[in-house]
Amino acid sequence: MYEIVRKKALNPTVTEMDISAPLVAKKAEAGQFIILRVDDDGERIPLTVAGYDREAGTVKIIFQIVGGTTMRLNAKNEGDYIADFVGPLGCATRTEGLQKVCIVGGGVGCAIALPVAQKLHALGCEVHSVIGFRNKDLLILQDEFAACSDKLTIMTDDGSYGRQGVVTAPLKEAIENGENYDEVIAIGPLIMMKFVVATTKPYGVKTTVSMNPIMIDGTGMCGGCRLTVGGKTKFACVDGPDFNGFEVDFDEAMARSNAYADFEKHAREESCNLYKKEVR
Amino acid sequence: MAIKPEKHEMPVQNPLERARNFKEVALGYDESVAVAEAQRCLNCKNRPCVEGCPVNIAIPDFITKIKTGDFEGAYSVISQSSSLPAVCGRVCPQETQCESKCTLGIKFQPVGIGRLERFVADYHNANFKGEPSLPKPNGHKVAVVGSGPSGLTCAGDLAKKGYKVTVFEALHLAGGVLVYGIPEFRLPKDIVKKEVETLKKYGVDVQTNVVIGKTLTVDELFEQGYDAVFIGSGAGLPRFMGIPGESLKGVYSANEFLTRANLMKAYKENSQTPVMRAKKVAVVGGGNVAMDAARTALRLGAETVYVVYRRSMEEIPARREEVEHAQEEGIKFEILRNPVEIIGYDNPNDRRDPKNGFVKAIKVLKCELGEPDERGRRKPVEIAGSEYEIDVDCVIMAIGTSPNPLIKDTTAGLEVNRRGGIIVQEETGLTSKAGVFAGGDAVTGAATVILAMGAGKTAATAIDEYISKKQK
Repeated sequence: MYEIVRKKALNPTVTEMDISAPLVAKKAEAGQFIILRVDDDGERIPLTVAGYDREAGTVKIIFQIVGGTTMRLNAKNEGDYIADFVGPLGCATRTEGLQKVCIVGGGVGCAIALPVAQKLHALGCEVHSVIGFRNKDLLILQDEFAACSDKLTIMTDDGSYGRQGVVTAPLKEAIENGENYDEVIAIGPLIMMKFVVATTKPYGVKTTVSMNPIMIDGTGMCGGCRLTVGGKTKFACVDGPDFNGFEVDFDEAMARSNAYADFEKHAREESCNLYKKEVR
Repeated sequence: MAIKPEKHEMPVQNPLERARNFKEVALGYDESVAVAEAQRCLNCKNRPCVEGCPVNIAIPDFITKIKTGDFEGAYSVISQSSSLPAVCGRVCPQETQCESKCTLGIKFQPVGIGRLERFVADYHNANFKGEPSLPKPNGHKVAVVGSGPSGLTCAGDLAKKGYKVTVFEALHLAGGVLVYGIPEFRLPKDIVKKEVETLKKYGVDVQTNVVIGKTLTVDELFEQGYDAVFIGSGAGLPRFMGIPGESLKGVYSANEFLTRANLMKAYKENSQTPVMRAKKVAVVGGGNVAMDAARTALRLGAETVYVVYRRSMEEIPARREEVEHAQEEGIKFEILRNPVEIIGYDNPNDRRDPKNGFVKAIKVLKCELGEPDERGRRKPVEIAGSEYEIDVDCVIMAIGTSPNPLIKDTTAGLEVNRRGGIIVQEETGLTSKAGVFAGGDAVTGAATVILAMGAGKTAATAIDEYISKKQK
């Protein structure tokens, strides 16, 4: 059992938790992920590490409340326990030799992008961050990004905060204005990463994406997380989660990601209190 | 008294009924049938069956105890050699091991050794209330990586010798392939749980949610004071065929399909893990895992399940009993067929059609058998132009695995072979790294539960010798 030592709502749909897991905290690096189970009948879900405190033995996770499992997780409070928490899994984001990087985060993907930005910043790399959200209410981690970025651009789809538009607009401008990025690291919804790659590819700017497919064991046993990268089958859990964005088959990944859409919809309705309440 | 030429029949659930439930297929002998079957044993002098057993159970001795009704005595005999008798009595391929050597088998059917072993273990689990007598701790610590058959056997043997054993398991539940792979109807999970509980009584500490190679490395285990490490991390990444369409929704590896069904209990109402409830399923492959996947698909509600295998029924590598059970339950065998493509649903008029991207059919080529390959099995040769489509909405690939890279990549000095299997000395299980032993599928690639147990046992003996010597 793993204790939730801190819980904080970042916005109405995104929650941050610090989980007590000393062994995981000791090893975790930016870009890696963990797998958790909320309770005994629960499913195993992967969440990317959003931070860690090696001294305190805690690992930070940030999740969007999207399905039955994340609803059940969000129903837990500080001092409660979750059944399982295993990691760190996957390979850490490669940061060696990077001098100037653009981090592109979308929505809750910003939670995963943040530790990468922080690590690069600490290594003395020049970090430009572009983070995008649907609207102002969903904005998260602004201060944290400001603290580790040499330049921060905030985008909202509806213009309710920062600049109006999608993350690829400032990215394209920056590249055209001669910002010579060693690498662009994009973390967010598949569709966003697909368009980031479409933006950087014509300029040949190396682009790394963090894939988060459906997983079960997370250790290279089940093969559920397979992706096509450079025409070859790769397993996100052991070969990734980071991949060369130019080689990832995003359309296939998007199709695979909704394999259980019906089941999830049902699970969400089962877990949601509103659905259970009688309408008078 | 004349000897009954056939084994006493194993009572089983009715095929058509069991094909729709997850309860155990084989129901087990009762006391009187067990005694009667035991009486078929000639108790011959040269005891060839013992040699046929990878863990060398004193088979005639435990059968003699059954004859006299001393079932606990029989259990004591078995447990001297095997840590998991209730498991082995169910999943061992006895027909190619102990029973294949049985003297009675020259003239008649061999003694039903597996069935008797299962009876004894089940009797013990149901009736024994005492605590095992614990050995005196010898002050040495051994780490076991993986809680599958090789790891549990190694841990059990060492604990009985007085070692403090810690088993590290990556998943949330102990048992390895016994819990995620082999289905409930062939090996009830309560039995695995019970066997693990028995090991815990011997002082074995099982730590779940620890991935060796990630959470901790092998070198760190030595730093923590373990005197030796046994790696029984099992088979690894599932293989795919590399044909078009393998990324379609509804294509599973057998590992994923079985893990969803078994470990995550997707067949139960309250499980939060989804699994596709397909109507028509094709399982590609002919091993035991393919049979397990096919029979599981049936129990999840499939109307038609095909096993697509590229050789003939003669060459099929699954146990005969499993093939027969599958046939009785209505699984269709598409033999001498090689898949060339999986075809997906694609509605050109509606990109948002929810069925788009799901499996629609599997295209197969007919084969005929050609010359024998290096292993003596006749090679399938495709017949050009013979392809046709089988309508299915789910395809399960059960064509084997390749070793997991997590431990190899993080353990300096651990040598692996061309295929990624850990290289060991056969007599001891010792790897190229001092103090590190290995066994089971991590070494051999996909094999059987009992071979893994044999390797765990061999390594336990070698680890005991290694630590005793080091002390001097």
